[in-house]
Amino acid sequence: MTTIIAETSGNSLHPVTAQLVTAAGGDATIICPGGTGADEAAALSGVAKVISVEGDCFATFDGGAWGSAISSLCEGRVIAAATANGRELAASIAALKGCAVVQDVTGIDGDSITRPIYSGKANETLTVSADTILTVRPNTFPGADGGGSAPVNTVNQSADVAVAVQEAIAKASERLDVSDADVIISGGRGMGSIDNFSHLEAIADTLGAAVGASRAVVDEWGMSHSMQVGQTGKTVNPSLYIAVGISGAIQHLAGMRSSKYIVAINKDPDAPIFGVADYGIVATWEEALPALAEALGNL
Amino acid sequence: MADIAVLLKQVPDTNAKIVISGGRVDEGAVNKWSMSPYDEYALESALAQGGSITAITCGPARAKKLLTDAAAVGATELMHIVVEDLTTLDSNQVSSILSAAVQRTGATVVFCGKQAADTNAGSTGPGVARKMGAACVTLVSELSGDASGFSALRPSSEGMERVSIAAPCVIAFDKMATELRRPNVKGIMMAKKKAVETLSPADLGVDLGAADVTLQAQNPPAEKPAGQKFEGAESVATVVSKLRDEAKVL
Repeated sequence: MTTIIAETSGNSLHPVTAQLVTAAGGDATIICPGGTGADEAAALSGVAKVISVEGDCFATFDGGAWGSAISSLCEGRVIAAATANGRELAASIAALKGCAVVQDVTGIDGDSITRPIYSGKANETLTVSADTILTVRPNTFPGADGGGSAPVNTVNQSADVAVAVQEAIAKASERLDVSDADVIISGGRGMGSIDNFSHLEAIADTLGAAVGASRAVVDEWGMSHSMQVGQTGKTVNPSLYIAVGISGAIQHLAGMRSSKYIVAINKDPDAPIFGVADYGIVATWEEALPALAEALGNL
Repeated sequence: MADIAVLLKQVPDTNAKIVISGGRVDEGAVNKWSMSPYDEYALESALAQGGSITAITCGPARAKKLLTDAAAVGATELMHIVVEDLTTLDSNQVSSILSAAVQRTGATVVFCGKQAADTNAGSTGPGVARKMGAACVTLVSELSGDASGFSALRPSSEGMERVSIAAPCVIAFDKMATELRRPNVKGIMMAKKKAVETLSPADLGVDLGAADVTLQAQNPPAEKPAGQKFEGAESVATVVSKLRDEAKVL
C-alpha cells in the first residue's frame, strides 16, 4: 500500500495530488494535512482511504512540525509532490523515520526509480528500498479520475511549531507562476530591454500563460528571480514553452528542455535554442510577436 | 553572536557540459568545479552575520578547494568529511554525516543552499534540521536579525511571507538579491595556510549502515527528434496552426 501526502492550494486540493494517486498505482491512502481538500481527495478514483489530519500546527507551513504530526500516520511507500512544501515535508519525515528520500521522481517501475539530475542535463535510475519516500514531479503522471467515494477518517495531531508567520506579502502581480503554468512564454536578452516584456505579457494574457525569463535578464535587468527558468531558477515542464530572444545557454536549456513542445523565436539562425525546439522561427521578436498575437487571435 | 555552520557542496559549474560515459557522469570531462550556486548565498549570509563560521563539506578529495575558497572570503574554520563517491550515499546517510559534523562544531545555526546544483534534491537542509532537533525554513531569499530571532522571507501559496525562526535552526537559501563578496589577494593568501579538519564519517561516530538507495545508471536525457525550422515572421501563422493541429497544445 501507499500513503500519499496531499498537496493543497489555498483551501482546496492541488491538481498534482490526483497525479500522485496515478503514480501510486492504486490502493492509496491520502493524508490531508490540516484537513484541507479531504472531500476532494475522497472522490478520486483509486483511493482506499483519506485521513484528514487536523491540528493547530497546520495553520501555517512548518515542515518540521507537519512532519512530526504526520509521520506516525504514514504506512508503506510514502509519496508526496515535488513542490516546495512537499519536498521539505518529505525530507523531514524521511529523516525522522531514518529512511531515505528521493526527490523529483519522473518514473516509477516497481523499486526502480528515474529522476532528472543536473536540472535535466542527465537522468539517473535508482533502486530504492520499500520504505524510501518519493516526491513526484508535477505534470509527470496523468491525474486520477473522479468518481471515487473513499471513507474519510479524521484524526487530531499536535506538534510544536517553530516557524511563525510575521507578515504575508501578496504577489506583486496576479500573473501565473511559471511553476504552475501549462503554457510559458519566456524572454531573454534578445528582448532588448525590460520594458519590452510588456509584449510577452500581452501574449501571455491571451494564452493564459506565465511569463518566464532567462538568467541574463534576471541578473542584468533586475527581473524577479521567481520568473527565472534554468538551472539556478525554476525547472519547468509545461505543455508549451515559447522562448523569445533566448539564445539557449546550457543552464537555461536544463530548466526547460523537458517541456512537451518548445517554440523558439530568435533572429540568430545558429542559436542553440533551435537545437531543442520542436518549432523554430528565425525572426526578430519585433516582427514575430505581432504575428503571433494575430495568429492566436484568429484561432 | 552564535556560531554558524555552513554546508557547502562542490558541483560541476552550471555552465559545464555533462558527459555520460559507461552509465555514469564522467567527472574527468567536467571542465570547472564550483560551489553550488545556492550555497554561495548561504555562505554570504553567514559572513554577513559575522562571528565564527565553520564551512563544512562532504565529498571527495577535490572538494577541499571549495573550503579554501570559503576561507578566502572569510570562513573561520574548515571541515572536510571525506566520502569519495557521494552517489553511494542516500539522503539519510548524508543528513546523519552532516548533522554529526555540525554537532562537532557546536554551532546551533546552520546555513545551506536550498538544493545542490547536481542532485537538485533539497533533502539536506530539512534532514539535517530533523537530526539536530532544529527548526527549518527553506527557499529563503532575504534574512535579517540574528540567532535569537531571524526574520526570513520565503515563498508562500499567496506570494511571499516573512517568518520568524530562532536557534537551533537550519536555514536553506534560494538565490538572493545580495551581492556576493569576492576574495581579495590577502584573503586568498591567508586561506592557503588555513588548516582543514579532515574526517571520515567513522571519525564523527556515524555508522552509515547500508544505503536504502542504489544507483543503477546515469543516462543522457532522451534525444528529441529534430524540430521543424521556419524562416521569417510570416511563418508564425503556420507554427500556430501546427501547435493546434499537430501538437494539440492550443
